[in-house]
Amino acid sequence: MTFRAEELLAGLPSPFDARSSSFFETLRRQAPDAVPPVFAGGPMAEELRGRLVDGTTVLAVRAADGVVIAGDRRATAGNLISRGDMRKIFPADDWSAVGISGTAGPAMELARIFATELEHYEKVEGDPLSLEGKSNKLAGLVRAHLPMAMQGLIVVPLFAGVDPRTGEGRIYEYDPVGGRYRATSHAATGSGSLAARATLKRLVTAGSDLRTAASVAVEALFDAAEEDSATGGPDLIRSIYPIVASIDAEGYRELTDEQVAAHVEDTVERRRNR
Amino acid sequence: MATPFYVAPEQFMKDRAEYARKGIARGRALVAAEYRDGVVFVSENPSRSLHKTSEIYDRIGFAAVGRYNEFESMRVAGIRLADVKGYQYAREDVTAKALANAYSQALGAIFMGGEAKPYEVELLIAEVGHEPDGEGAGLDLYHIIYDGSIVPHDHRFVVIGGETEPIEQSLQQQWTPGMDRDAAIRTCVDALRAAAGRPIESDDLEVSGLDITRQRRRFFRLRDEALRAAVER
Repeated sequence: MTFRAEELLAGLPSPFDARSSSFFETLRRQAPDAVPPVFAGGPMAEELRGRLVDGTTVLAVRAADGVVIAGDRRATAGNLISRGDMRKIFPADDWSAVGISGTAGPAMELARIFATELEHYEKVEGDPLSLEGKSNKLAGLVRAHLPMAMQGLIVVPLFAGVDPRTGEGRIYEYDPVGGRYRATSHAATGSGSLAARATLKRLVTAGSDLRTAASVAVEALFDAAEEDSATGGPDLIRSIYPIVASIDAEGYRELTDEQVAAHVEDTVERRRNR
Repeated sequence: MATPFYVAPEQFMKDRAEYARKGIARGRALVAAEYRDGVVFVSENPSRSLHKTSEIYDRIGFAAVGRYNEFESMRVAGIRLADVKGYQYAREDVTAKALANAYSQALGAIFMGGEAKPYEVELLIAEVGHEPDGEGAGLDLYHIIYDGSIVPHDHRFVVIGGETEPIEQSLQQQWTPGMDRDAAIRTCVDALRAAAGRPIESDDLEVSGLDITRQRRRFFRLRDEALRAAVER
């Protein structure tokens, strides 16, 4: 295969193009087929709607030295449980993570493209984005997804991370059109978020350590699973537990199944004796 | 009627090659050397923000000498190619070989007359294996020069850029297989110092590389304390 020089040079970045450190923009130009299509037409057919996989409750809690982000493992398709082991928490880079709720397919793609976006920026510029910058970029990706949200393919992420420059942990919530809201102490999204929020509001204390924050997160997911049919509780038979990750100055770290199981047992124990 | 201006193809190529070589020779050399767990890139570079080496992808690193604006745009193009490919297929499908081929094609096309002048750059693309297997890091090095040729090397170290010969000679005597990272860095620094005939402060060095024992993204860059500790033992 031979190329003409112009074809090869077309891939070289032009210096004053502000989009040139964005992976999403590069993908749009170099491989437009790989970018999620913008649908047109009427609302989605009910048969199709019922076959789409939905992910549910994810939440985040701020601690004194970082943040905890957690999600249950259930995915539903219409009134059926589609999966009991889905992952809804994804590391975005070393110091941040994104939790997804909504239509699973595009939501997982959003998490993947966002992680690539952060890495791409860091490599091209030589420095990572600020936490504020990362959260803004995610809002842009949700906004770009708007045409699909209009079809009912709603994706609502939750973003949590630590700014490596200040060591401060922050949580950002989004709405389906890309609205971005900074949460002061905790946040939850997805169908079980109402129940989870109630628990979080009651139990979150300012300045707690990461371990306490993780325990509160597990308890809130437990309540969400009890109130919401689309949120899964811990599966003790198959040992499938919620994914709980903590982020501090050392970076993103997922709790092991044993650690999460211990938090689950504490919660069960407290309730049994109530 | 004016006679059309004619230059024999041989002469045309020779002139362009000489032009590119002279441009590259004006800059300082860069050394890449294999060590037990990967590869180190060592060069003299007083700038703390403008780098000659960079991460391209999980297991792939980039080093260049020559004209900064030219290799910088090629570096970014490489990151784009790798990220688009890794996103569309899988992370393990991104290879240094494909990247080296792309650079070779691009530099070749530019050299053959696509541009007013050839690029004055030499590139080095390095890749370590997937997992440590106890027998080295599975290092691949691709040395691509201004006309798009990929230069084969027998040795497990490569010197690119300016005055390469004295540095190569020094490395031939000092480099040994199975060295640890800091020993490899010191060997490279000694070679650079010997060739330059003057001391080079560790603050004036750019040291980075790929280490197979790291998680996922294997590229590392040594700065400040870590750099001084590695260079000054």
